[in-house]
Amino acid sequence: MIYAMCFILFLIGLYGATCKKNIVKIILGLVVMEYAVNLFLVLQGWRKNGQAPILDGRTNLEEFAARAVDPVPQALVLTSIVIGLGILSLMVAIAIRLYERYGTFDVTEMKRLKG
Amino acid sequence: MNQNKQPGMSLIVQTVARWLKGFIFLYGVYIIFYGHLSPGGGFAGGVIVASTFVLLTLAFGKERSLGKLGKLLASELDSLGALMFLLIAVLGIAWGRIFFLNFIEKAVPTGNFKLFSAGIIPLCNVAIGIKVAASLFMIFIILAVIRVQEVKGRRRLVTTEKRRKE
Amino acid sequence: MNDIIYLVALPLAMAFFIPMIGRKVRWLPDVLANATTLVLLILAGQTVGREGVYALGGWAAPLGIVLVLDSLSSLLLLIINLVSFMATLFSVDYLEKLYTSKLRYYSLFLLMVAGMNGTVLTGDFFNLFVFLEIASIASYALVGFGCEADELEASFKYLVIGSIASTFVLLAVALLYGRLATLNMAHVAWLLQQNGFDRVTTFAFVLLLVGFLVKGALIPFHAWLPDAHPSAPAPISAMLSGVLIKAIGIYVLIRLTYNVFGITPMLSALFTSIGVISMMIGVLLALGQWDFKRLLAYHSISQMGYVVLGIGLGTPLGLLGGLFHLLNHSLFKSLLFLDSGSVEYETGTRELEKMGNLSQKMPVTAGSTLVASLSISGIPPFNGFWSKLVIILAAVQAGRAGLAVWAVIGSILTLASFSKIQRYAFFGQGKDFEPGKWALYQEVPLLMRIPLLVLSTLCLAGGLILWGGLNGFWGPVVEVLLGGPADYIGSILGR
Repeated sequence: MIYAMCFILFLIGLYGATCKKNIVKIILGLVVMEYAVNLFLVLQGWRKNGQAPILDGRTNLEEFAARAVDPVPQALVLTSIVIGLGILSLMVAIAIRLYERYGTFDVTEMKRLKG
Repeated sequence: MNQNKQPGMSLIVQTVARWLKGFIFLYGVYIIFYGHLSPGGGFAGGVIVASTFVLLTLAFGKERSLGKLGKLLASELDSLGALMFLLIAVLGIAWGRIFFLNFIEKAVPTGNFKLFSAGIIPLCNVAIGIKVAASLFMIFIILAVIRVQEVKGRRRLVTTEKRRKE
Repeated sequence: MNDIIYLVALPLAMAFFIPMIGRKVRWLPDVLANATTLVLLILAGQTVGREGVYALGGWAAPLGIVLVLDSLSSLLLLIINLVSFMATLFSVDYLEKLYTSKLRYYSLFLLMVAGMNGTVLTGDFFNLFVFLEIASIASYALVGFGCEADELEASFKYLVIGSIASTFVLLAVALLYGRLATLNMAHVAWLLQQNGFDRVTTFAFVLLLVGFLVKGALIPFHAWLPDAHPSAPAPISAMLSGVLIKAIGIYVLIRLTYNVFGITPMLSALFTSIGVISMMIGVLLALGQWDFKRLLAYHSISQMGYVVLGIGLGTPLGLLGGLFHLLNHSLFKSLLFLDSGSVEYETGTRELEKMGNLSQKMPVTAGSTLVASLSISGIPPFNGFWSKLVIILAAVQAGRAGLAVWAVIGSILTLASFSKIQRYAFFGQGKDFEPGKWALYQEVPLLMRIPLLVLSTLCLAGGLILWGGLNGFWGPVVEVLLGGPADYIGSILGR
C-alpha cells in the first residue's frame, strides 16, 4: 500500500517534469520524483519498532539481527540526497541564467533550438 | 527593508542569531564528530555548520558572514575537504595495499576519551563535514547574491553590491 | 591490481586540486590537466590483457563494493582515456581564445573522466548510479559552459531528460535491492539464475533499459543529443559524442543485458530494430542540417545504431563488429568534432554556408576531416570500412540479409552528407562565403594539430587494429560477452 503511494508520488513528479511549461514547476516535478524514489528506498529498510543499527560490545547479535533496521538503504538514500542536491543547485543556477536571457520562465518561449 | 541604515533583519532576529550562532555551530561539530557512534555524520553535521553561516547571512546581511568565511576561502575549503577524503582513502594503499582500508586500529568505545573508536571513519566524517559546509554555503551565497535586473532595457545578472551603487 | 583504483582516484583528486592551486600560476592548469590525462592513458594501456576483481576497503564481493576489470572494461578504458587526452591537448589553445575560466573547465572535465572510468569499472549497482551521476552532472554543466542562450537551453533540456533517466535507474536499483537484498551485479545475476525473474525484477530491468537507452541517445530517446552535443565547447563535444554516450549508455546496456540479466531473443530483436531505426532516422535527419556540429551530432545517433545492431545480432561476429565500431566511432567522431572546433577557432562560425575553400588555408584540418569523413562513410582502407564490413557480414551470416541492406543504405547516405561538408567547407564555397575574411585564415596552432594528426593516423590504421589484435585483444572481449551471466558470476563470486 505504502509502496503504491510512493509510486503515485513518483508519477506525479514525472507528470510535473514532463508536462508543465514553467521551468520552476519542472524543477519541482523532478525534485518530487527524486524524493519519491528516496522515500521508497528508505522504506525498504524500515521495520516496525526497529532499533538503530549500531553495534557495540554489549549487543546480543541474534536480538540485534531480529530488531535492527537495515542500514544499507539509509546510506544509499543519503548518497542520493547529496546527488539530488547537486542536480537541484545546478538546475536553479541554469534557470536563473535562462531567466536572464529570455526574461521568462516559460519553456514554450525558448525555442532557439529545433531538435 | 531599511537598506540605508543597516543590512539584514530586525533587532530581535539579530539578537537571537547572535546568541544562537555559537551553539548551532557547536552542535554541527558535535554531529560530525559523533557520526560513527550515533545517527548523524559528515553530511548532516556539515549542513548544520553551513546553516550557521546562512543564519548569519539572513540576520546581518552577507557582508558579515562573508567576513567570517570568504568566498575564496570557502571554495578552497571545498576542495580541501574532498582532497582530505581521497587522501585518507589512498593512505589505505600505503598501509595495507587496499584502497579505503580502515588502517587505524578499531576499538570498542568504553570509558572516557575513546571518541575516535572507528578507525578512519571519524576522519572521513571531518573531511566530508568541511566539504559539505563549505560547498553548501557557497551555493547559498551565490544564489542569494545574484539578481536578474533590468538595466537600460536589457536584463542583466547583477550581484547585489552593484545594484546598491546604481 | 592497485593501479585500477587510480583510474578513478587520480582524476577526482586533480579535479579538486586544479582549482585550488591554479589561481596563482597561469600555465599550471593546462600542464596539470594534460599530465593527468596522459598518466590515465598509460594506466589504461596497462590494463589490457589483465583481469581481476578489486575489493574496496578489503570487503569481499557480495557484501562490499568491487571494481571489476575484464577485457571489455579495458577496451572502454582505452577509448575514454585516449579521447580525453586528445581533448585536453586540444583544449589548451581552443579555450584560450573562445572561453574563459579554464580552472572550472578542467575541473569539470576531470570529474567527467573520473565518472566514466568508474562506470566502466564498477561491479555494484549503486556505485554504477553514483558514477553515472558524477559523469552526467559534469556533462550538464559543460554543455552550458558558454552561458549563451541556446547553450543554456540545450543544457537545461539535457539536464531534465538526463535526470529523469537517472531517477529511473535509481528506482530500478531500489526495486532490485528490495527484492533481492543485494547490490552486487554478479550476485544479482546469480540470484536471478537461481530464482528466475518475477514481476518486480522484470520491471526493474525495463526501467534500467529505458534509463540507459536515454543516456545512450538511441531513437526514440534521442531528443536531447542534437541540442546538447553541438552546444558544448568542441573538445567537450568530442568527449560527449566520442565516449560519454558509449561509456554511460551503450557499455552499461551491453554489460547489463549480456552479463547480468542475460540476453533473450526478444531483447535481441529489440536491439536490432532500435539499431536499424536509429541508423536510418539519424542519418536522414543529418542530411538536412546546415550547422557543422549539429550534423555531426545526428551522425552520432546513426553510428550508435550500427553498434547496437551489431550487439543485438548476438553472434560472435556481430559482437566483434559492434565493439570494433564502438572503438572506431570514438576515434573518427571525436576527430570530426575536434575538426569542427578548429574550423570554429579560425572562422568563428559553425554554419556551412559561411565557410569555403578552407583546404587551401588549413591543410591539416582539411586533411584530417577528409580522413574522418571517409572513415565514417565506410570507405576502404579506413577503420569504418572494416567494422561496417564485419557488421554486414555478421548480419548475412545470421540469416538477416535485410539488416545488411539497411546498413549499406545507411552508409551511402552517410557518405552523401559528408560530401556536403567537404563541398561547402573545404573544397568549395557556401552561399554566404566572404573572401575578405577568408584571406586572413591560417592553420590552427601546433597543440591543436597534434590530436588531429594522431587520431587521423589511428583511423588509417583501423584495419591493422582489427587484424593485428584479432586473437590477442578482440577474442577475450567477445568472450566476456559470449560467456553470459555464468562466466561473469564465476569470475567475481567464484560460484
